[in-house]
Amino acid sequence: MSTIFFKHQPRIVGWYSVAGKKESEGPLGNTFSRIVKDEYFGEKTHEGAERKFFVTAIQGAIQAAGVQPDIVFAGDLLNQIVSSSFAMREIGLPYVGVYGACSTMALSLLVAATFVDAGVVKNAVAVAGSHFATAERQYRTPLEFGNQRPPTSQWTVTGAGATFLSTSKKSRVAVTCGTIGRVVDYGVKDVNNMGAAMAPAAADTLARHFANTQTKPSDYDAIFSGDLGQIGEEALRDLLKDKGYDLGENYYDCGKLIYAARQKVDMGGSGCGCSAVTLNGFILDKFQKGEYHKVLFMATGALLSPTTTFQGESTPGIANAVVIEEVTA
Amino acid sequence: MDRAEYAEYIKKITPKSKIWSSLLRAFIVGGLICLLGESLNALYKMWLPNYDQTQIGALVSSTLIFLAAVLTGLGVYDKIGYFAGGGSIVPITGFSNSITSAAMEFRKEGIIFGTCANMFKIAGPVIVVGVAIAMLCGLGYFIVGLFI
Amino acid sequence: MTFLWAFLVGGFICALGQLLILKTNWTPARILVTFVVLGALLQVCMVFDSLKQFAGAGVTTPITGFGAGLVKGTFENIDKYGFIGIFTGGLTAMSAGIAVAIVSGLVIGMIFKSRSK
Repeated sequence: MSTIFFKHQPRIVGWYSVAGKKESEGPLGNTFSRIVKDEYFGEKTHEGAERKFFVTAIQGAIQAAGVQPDIVFAGDLLNQIVSSSFAMREIGLPYVGVYGACSTMALSLLVAATFVDAGVVKNAVAVAGSHFATAERQYRTPLEFGNQRPPTSQWTVTGAGATFLSTSKKSRVAVTCGTIGRVVDYGVKDVNNMGAAMAPAAADTLARHFANTQTKPSDYDAIFSGDLGQIGEEALRDLLKDKGYDLGENYYDCGKLIYAARQKVDMGGSGCGCSAVTLNGFILDKFQKGEYHKVLFMATGALLSPTTTFQGESTPGIANAVVIEEVTA
Repeated sequence: MDRAEYAEYIKKITPKSKIWSSLLRAFIVGGLICLLGESLNALYKMWLPNYDQTQIGALVSSTLIFLAAVLTGLGVYDKIGYFAGGGSIVPITGFSNSITSAAMEFRKEGIIFGTCANMFKIAGPVIVVGVAIAMLCGLGYFIVGLFI
Repeated sequence: MTFLWAFLVGGFICALGQLLILKTNWTPARILVTFVVLGALLQVCMVFDSLKQFAGAGVTTPITGFGAGLVKGTFENIDKYGFIGIFTGGLTAMSAGIAVAIVSGLVIGMIFKSRSK
């Protein structure tokens, strides 16, 4: 099964997104809570900047909710998820680190919702983020190295997003259910084609989600995938068609939404921050405006490390899905 | 779709690079870098008549390497690289860029463990393989020389 | 005339590198290594010197020149000093390039910060 139904419907009472310069110049530029143009965010290193993005997002969500959370669930892409842990060193609240590569926003939201729904805690924050420069350095080449990006590559989003979940009923937007992903590997070895590596996992999660919840794609106002990019999006549509589900016009990929074609990002955005800033900006804003009532938010992750890549392993993918909807009272 | 079918399918939907235009860009930029090398060669020959060709050649390479390092520091070389691809990777300037870019990237871990320990991250194999193959060829040359 | 040939031959070698990148998805390090080996082999076959006569910097500026220089230096030192030349020749011939690369990398790395664009 692995679809969790949240009986008590944890409410989303606050959210916050903070994004970088390139993101601010994209189509979603005006949906972020805060824009930081300095890629170093006043810090000495890019890693320090990434941490600060986390701190900013968490504090922003707490301020938006107006109460202190009991616990924070956070994850990022850097080794040993240091951005989350080091950000939490400053926040000082109880913390659980989660890792789902770029699926982390959906994963942390799922885990936070489970805790709140079970009554273990009253208030919880879920957060995820990434930074272009730190990801390039960890997974690819030094920033100033003069090579071309392959046409299948994606651009890691600089930014972080945080969602505040609560048992309080002051908001009508709730997390009602979610499907936890399985690790799926179709043998894609090209590390510059993450969309292709993650699409099978996305198809697996969506198909199980639709079956378990007895819904179909058209039951949602919108379905979002995290960072499949152009190739991944096309592959997901085709893979799901094979499983009997037709993703229509209401399906979007955050990776494709966040940048414009002129920004030279090839297949689109990627990274934990990609789905995190889109959810905690564009998507939740639409709920607030009353334009969305039910959304399926799925973030996808490629579970590789530079070591596995150099050792010739293929790239396993995972996808976690959460349903966010407006509930009655 | 099984794994093999999926691989085929992905190949089909993957956008192709524009081969001819990218080859042309590599050709022009690479050619210009070599032309610069040739011009420096002529200049140095004029200025330093006492140097032999080997020394002139070393001076030309050194100049190109230094220029590329400065352009890397100023954040220009990666833009050239984005445009030219192989055109700026294959020349000796690309070798220099790979060293300087790594040196800059890892500076934050300190000079010894950051810069010094990591500057050959990309260029290291070039020197290792180059030296190894030269020694191998040298060994062959030496042994053949014994019998001739 | 050498100027024109330097441009054409150098450009051709770089375009060949670009073709390799596009067709094989190799990392830049592997491309560089391939061309070093290519240069070394051309030198062993004694083709490189005639190419150099004709295209000048067109063959010495690409990293093929590094491979060729290593082999050439090794052979020359063997001729001059015998057995020890196998070990001393290559790096001696290429010492200027490597030293300048190391020092400029070190200095530039200490002055400038890397930026994403």
